[in-house]
This record gives sequence, structure tokens and C-alpha cells, in this order.
Amino acid sequence: MTTMVEVKQLTKRFKSITAVNDISFKVERGEVLGFLGPNGAGKSTTMKMITGFLSPDKGSVFIQGKDCDQHPITAKRTIGYLPEGAPLYGDMTPRLFLEFVGKIRGIPNTEIDQRLADVIDKVNLESVLDQSIDTLSKGFKRRVGLAQAILHDPDVLILDEPTDGLDPNQKHEVRNLISDMAQQKAIILSTHILEEVDAVCTRAIIIADGKVVADGKPGELQAQSPWHNAVVLSIRAASENGISGTLAALDNVEEVQPLSNQAGVIQFLVRPKDGTSIIENVSASAHQHGWLVEEMHVEQGRLDEVFREVTNFQRS
Amino acid sequence: MANVWTICKRELFSYFATPIAYVFIIIFLSLSGIFTFYLGNFFERGQADLITFFGFHPWLYLFLIPALTMRLWAEERKSGTIELLLTLPITMLQAVLGKFLATWIFTSIALALTFPMWITVNFLGNPDNGVIFASYLGSLLMSGAFIAIGSCISALTKNQVIAFVVSAAICLVFILSGFPMVLDFFTGWAPEFIVEVISSFSFLTHFEGLSKGVVDMRDIIFFVSLIAFWLFANAVLIEIKKAD
Repeated sequence: MTTMVEVKQLTKRFKSITAVNDISFKVERGEVLGFLGPNGAGKSTTMKMITGFLSPDKGSVFIQGKDCDQHPITAKRTIGYLPEGAPLYGDMTPRLFLEFVGKIRGIPNTEIDQRLADVIDKVNLESVLDQSIDTLSKGFKRRVGLAQAILHDPDVLILDEPTDGLDPNQKHEVRNLISDMAQQKAIILSTHILEEVDAVCTRAIIIADGKVVADGKPGELQAQSPWHNAVVLSIRAASENGISGTLAALDNVEEVQPLSNQAGVIQFLVRPKDGTSIIENVSASAHQHGWLVEEMHVEQGRLDEVFREVTNFQRS
Repeated sequence: MANVWTICKRELFSYFATPIAYVFIIIFLSLSGIFTFYLGNFFERGQADLITFFGFHPWLYLFLIPALTMRLWAEERKSGTIELLLTLPITMLQAVLGKFLATWIFTSIALALTFPMWITVNFLGNPDNGVIFASYLGSLLMSGAFIAIGSCISALTKNQVIAFVVSAAICLVFILSGFPMVLDFFTGWAPEFIVEVISSFSFLTHFEGLSKGVVDMRDIIFFVSLIAFWLFANAVLIEIKKAD
């Protein structure tokens, strides 16, 4: 694997506010890095520094091993960037706009038609190609923004909230597009939609108050959740009848919470100690006591729980 | 250079994609005609020259050019497209030059469309066409200086109205800097040579020479270096202010 983007001790201050505080990470080819964090955490500022729009107060960014500060044009050639809110020249049509970006990106005249056709097909822009961008819906505007970012087939793709404001179908399309490209590129995308991380990212970084507070695969982050490996158990029984006591006495069980009691079905949440797997014990116990189990499943842990925990921890 | 041209074409396109281009050209042509024939008494003077026509150019540029330049950077900053533009593989200088050239080319199109004036005066008499050519050159150079000022001021704000008003005010100072309105402000407390330097910045003085047919290199250098200075300031200011 090759390191495509390396960020070293990046710091940026705006007047008295430290928007980004000593952030370091690496992104390899084939990785899709999800940037998570509350609004104002410093996600966009970090992305603006990686793309060379802002210069950092401290630290440096390396694109394919080259310092962006010394080779800004080379770095910008390597990167495709969708800025927050997908700003576009509204008086142009998508066709003219993409041709403009293609020329500036140095795509040869002989190839530009083919590239345009490819990209337009990828993001489904055919129907609005010759309409002025101002008149397009939000979804189409976002797609034009994506099209300009991937037009030159960049090795590094940086997308600031690529699915923000899209409807569920459009979100799905954009995520598919990202997943399709993931193998050949290093992709960094910011989002505050946690399901998106599950859907497309191979790794997630949570940022709060300008600092990295968690970094790992989505699964690893989920494992930090107090719900990880918890068992939810629904039993048909007239009364609780000591069931929770029995469950609590099992090995590695931290606590048992009755969740609901509806129409004779009682639901329990059995939380393990330190995220160990307890499903076997619970299931054996249910069998042994002859409980009428209606449903039983293992919780993966919830990213939003982890998110809330690590970001709130920073605040207090 | 190719990048400068690509940016320039995009900017030119956006003038013509909106009514700005047509409004500007129509107003510029009508006003320059009206001023020449009515205020300038073109016929009554009985002279086969375009001195009165060119005499109004600084005043037309004073409010028409800031209207062209106010959007150059202010709009990019307001809509956020500046982030798009400046993360493309171009240098700041290319972006600044491209935008400047677009406005300058556009102004020269408007200026070229005043050719009926030239035909009229040639039809009515035998003017010195060399003088007229020098005047066109002078007018074009002067418009370049106005555009460079306007572009630089536009980089300072997201608000186009502010860009317009401030650019017009600075252009006025440059037009009038040979006149008592500006000089009186400095005489009395500033040293003599400063007052002289300020008065030497007058657009009117430098334009007057050219519009009389005297192509003095000093006047040309004056306008060219003024354009260079304001465009340099423009690039520096965007670098500082782009994130705000």
C-alpha cells in the first residue's frame, strides 16, 4: 500500500479560536477515510488545508510524499475536491463548467470529450447538461460538483459532506459511486451522518474541538460502544419470574435491563463485561431453563453512542 | 499562459451570460454619444476631432468600470466558488491576470464599438487619425488602470455594493489627484515633494497628453505600472483574505 496523503501536526487558528489542533494521520490508496465530528469541530478546515486552499499555521501536508507547501501545483493536480456546499459557477451550464475545469486540469483536447462522457454517465447528468446550473435542483448541483472533482481521475479525492441535503436515493447513488472508485484512490470524506461511515468508509476518524479523539475501522469504533456484543432477548412469559436474576448471574454479564413488557413478551438487554461475547451463555441458559424465546440477537454497538461519548468527553 | 486564457474566457463568458454585458455596452455607447453631442457641443465647435468625446471617458469609466469589476472577486467569495478556483492547479497570479484580462477585453470591445464616432468625424472633415488612434490607446490604458483598482477592491469584500462604492471613490481620487480637491487636503502639512508626487498620479494629466496625440512613454509606463501595482496588491490581498 502506498501512502497518498499524510497530515503532520496540522494546526490552524482563526483569531483566538484554534480550529484545528495538532492533527496527524495518513491515508493509503484503497482507503476511504470518514471524517466525523460535530459541526465546527474542524473537519472542513482540515480539508481546506489538505487541498491547499488554506495554509496551516503549523504542520504540513504531504500528497504522495511531496510537501504541498513546496509543490502546491503538483499537489492540486493530484487532488479532486468537492468543497462544502458544492459551490459552482451558477451562470454556466454543467457542460461548459466541466469543460472549463477539464481545460484548467490540463486534460488534452483529444481526451476531453471521452472524459466528459464518462463522468457525465457516472453521475447521471445527461438530462441537465445544457441548463444553467442556477436552475438545477440541489441533487443535480451536488452531482455537478462531484463530476468536477472526479473529472481528471485524481488519485486523491476529498469530499466535504458529499451527501448533505440529498434525498435517500441520491445518497445511495453517491455512496455507490464512492465505493466503486475506492479501490484505485485514497478518499477522504467528511460527514455527520453515521450510517454513511458504515456504508462506505474503511476507516473513521472522529474529530472534536480540532483534535482527533478516535481513529479506527468502523467496526473497531463500534466495539468501544457499551452496547457492543450486548444480547437482546425476548421471552414469552407471564411475569419476569427471576429471569433477569438468572441472566445477571451468568459469566461475564455486567448488567441486565428489562426493556419492555408487551402482550406477554418481556424483552431484556443483557450487557457483557468489556465487550466479551456472551451470546452462547445466554442461549445455553435459555435452553436449560426452558424459556420460550421469541427473539434473540447480538448488538454490534452503535457508532452514534461512541460518537456522543468521545465528543462529549472532550467538551466537559 | 494557457490557464490565464482559460480563466479569462470563463469570465468573459459570464459577462455575456448575464445582462451585464449588454447593459454596459448600451449605456456606455449612449452616454458617450450624448455627452459628446450635447455637453461637448460637437457640432458647434466645428472641429474635426474627437477631443470632447475622449474628454468624457474618465468620467464614464469612473462609474461604469467599478460596475464591471465589483463582481470579479466579491462574487467568488460570496458564493464560495473561490475555494473551487483556488484549489485548481493554477497560481494566484494566473487567476488575477485572467480575470483582469477578461474585463479589459470586454471594455475594449465596448470601446471599439464607438467606431461610428470615428466614421462620423471622418465623414464630416479631415481629422488627424493618428491623434484619434493615440486617444484610443490612452483610453484603453486608462480603463486598464481603473479595472486593476476595481479588481483589487473587489478582493477585499464579499459585498458587491461596497466594492462598487469604494472602487469608484478610489478612482475619483486618481482622476482628481492633480486638482485642488485632492491637493488641498495635503498642502499645508505634507512636504512639497509628496504633494507633487500625488499630483503626478492624476489620470487626467496622463490621459490628456495621449488624447492630444502625444504618445509619451512616461504616460504609457505610468498606466502600465499602475496596473501592475494594483494587480499585485490584488493577488496579495486574496491570499490574506480568502478564508474570511
